[in-house]
Amino acid sequence: MSTFLLLTVTGLGLGAMYFLIASGLSLIYGLMGVLNFAHGAFITVGSYGTWWASLHVFGGVQSNLLRWLLSALLGLAFGGVFAALVELVLIRPLYARHIEQVLVTVGLQLSFVALVTGIWGPDPKTFVVPAWLHETTDIAGAHIPNDRWIEIATAVAVLALLQLFLRKTRYGLIIRAGVENRAMVQALGIDVRKAFTLVFAIGGIAAAIAGVLSGVYFNVVGPEQGTSLLIFAFIVVVIGGLGSIGGSALAAVVVGLTQQYTNYYASAGVGDMVVVLLLGVVLLARPRGFAGAAVGARA
Amino acid sequence: MSAVAARTLLSVRDLHVFLGQSHVLQGVSFDVPEGGVTALLGRNGVGKTTTLRAILGLVDRRGSVRFGADELVGMSTHRIVRRSVGYVPEDRDVFTGLTVAENLRLAERDAEPRYDLVYELFPELERRAEQRAGTLSGGQQQMVAIARALLNDNRVLLVDEPTKGLAPVLVAQVADVLERLAELTTVLLVEQNLGVVRRLARDAIVLDQGRVVHAGDAQELLAQPALLRRLLSVGTHAA
Repeated sequence: MSTFLLLTVTGLGLGAMYFLIASGLSLIYGLMGVLNFAHGAFITVGSYGTWWASLHVFGGVQSNLLRWLLSALLGLAFGGVFAALVELVLIRPLYARHIEQVLVTVGLQLSFVALVTGIWGPDPKTFVVPAWLHETTDIAGAHIPNDRWIEIATAVAVLALLQLFLRKTRYGLIIRAGVENRAMVQALGIDVRKAFTLVFAIGGIAAAIAGVLSGVYFNVVGPEQGTSLLIFAFIVVVIGGLGSIGGSALAAVVVGLTQQYTNYYASAGVGDMVVVLLLGVVLLARPRGFAGAAVGARA
Repeated sequence: MSAVAARTLLSVRDLHVFLGQSHVLQGVSFDVPEGGVTALLGRNGVGKTTTLRAILGLVDRRGSVRFGADELVGMSTHRIVRRSVGYVPEDRDVFTGLTVAENLRLAERDAEPRYDLVYELFPELERRAEQRAGTLSGGQQQMVAIARALLNDNRVLLVDEPTKGLAPVLVAQVADVLERLAELTTVLLVEQNLGVVRRLARDAIVLDQGRVVHAGDAQELLAQPALLRRLLSVGTHAA
């Protein structure tokens, strides 16, 4: 029972990171029809930005908690600004040219990994985090790492904030409408390009949060970490339904738990294959995913 | 006809649109006078909807579209609409995942949106404000589509087949609303129902294979069965 509980909480923690990445991916595709393969770079900007800030900006802060929080905030700001710049500089000139968008985002992702490796080397970097995060809490005999609670709580908070933003603000309304019919939003006199930049920035911040949390979850950050997380986040987006935040949240939980349970009860590594199999089953049985537009339905 | 009403509000010249390999509009030229309803007629697939979409900048186009003092070709869609151009699309295009109230809120451009007018014409929309637009009937969705355009004080309304697919009783209601609209603004109306055209239109432009083949007084056109048959392939019974 204690093992099952540990696997469940760990799976939810992993799912939390998948959700943070997938939420931005899903909104970007839903609104703009852009498959953003450079999203992994946003994760890396968040994780490396936090690591760099903790050494060079907030290195003198005595409290580890405060140092980590301040560094993370700067990392998130880097992620948001970087994502907005990617939209403005690389995506906007290629509006409606989907093949070129895929090529440029794939190119950015690959070159960004090479750039980070070139500057800071291929070795993983260790985060300075509060000691409490590396300790465990005993629940029903299970020794659950404390960072899992932070990951889950952060994802729940981001989900709630995103829903609040989408339901209660005018830009949220524009994004929800744009996911359905971008041309009609423009035909109502709305400059949908501002929403594009905003969605990229939001996606960049959410991915940067995932980058920070992945540093805590894996204890280290590395140049390739964003890429490996991105693959599963894409699976989450498709299973959850393109453009649906709620669908992404549900799919992230399913994928995270499936990976953890299968890796433990079957064999290590089988979880990844089962997730891909799950993707195939969902695409065959329900091409729209849990709650989204049909794959390929968007022009 | 007064001098003010005869002033040209929208002037389309040599408008070309390519959709894929297809040369859909092949040098369309016409004028829309200020005030009243100008009907854009023609058989299916001759380019009526594409003409409206080209005016709005929803498709790539070449040529000239002058709206008052502004040249619209080269301008993005949202900037064109903000010059007080309203649009009611052919398939309504309401946002099905949003409520009726959200659909209307999204359309607000003016500082004081005309909700009084909207709810006077469509009281049902006020009652259904919190209902998702996707659960409305076709007629109710058409009300939302027209209401979005009505909220703002537009100088011209581009209305694309507003009676398409509606039951006869609803066609009459929509025609009533369009008649009221025509008192407030200029309407460029694409419409297949010649009964509605007869009731509303002052001027008519007929397209065929991407070109204007007739422009003039709508009532005179409708009174000439032979010409109608030649231009639209319909008999007078359709009117």
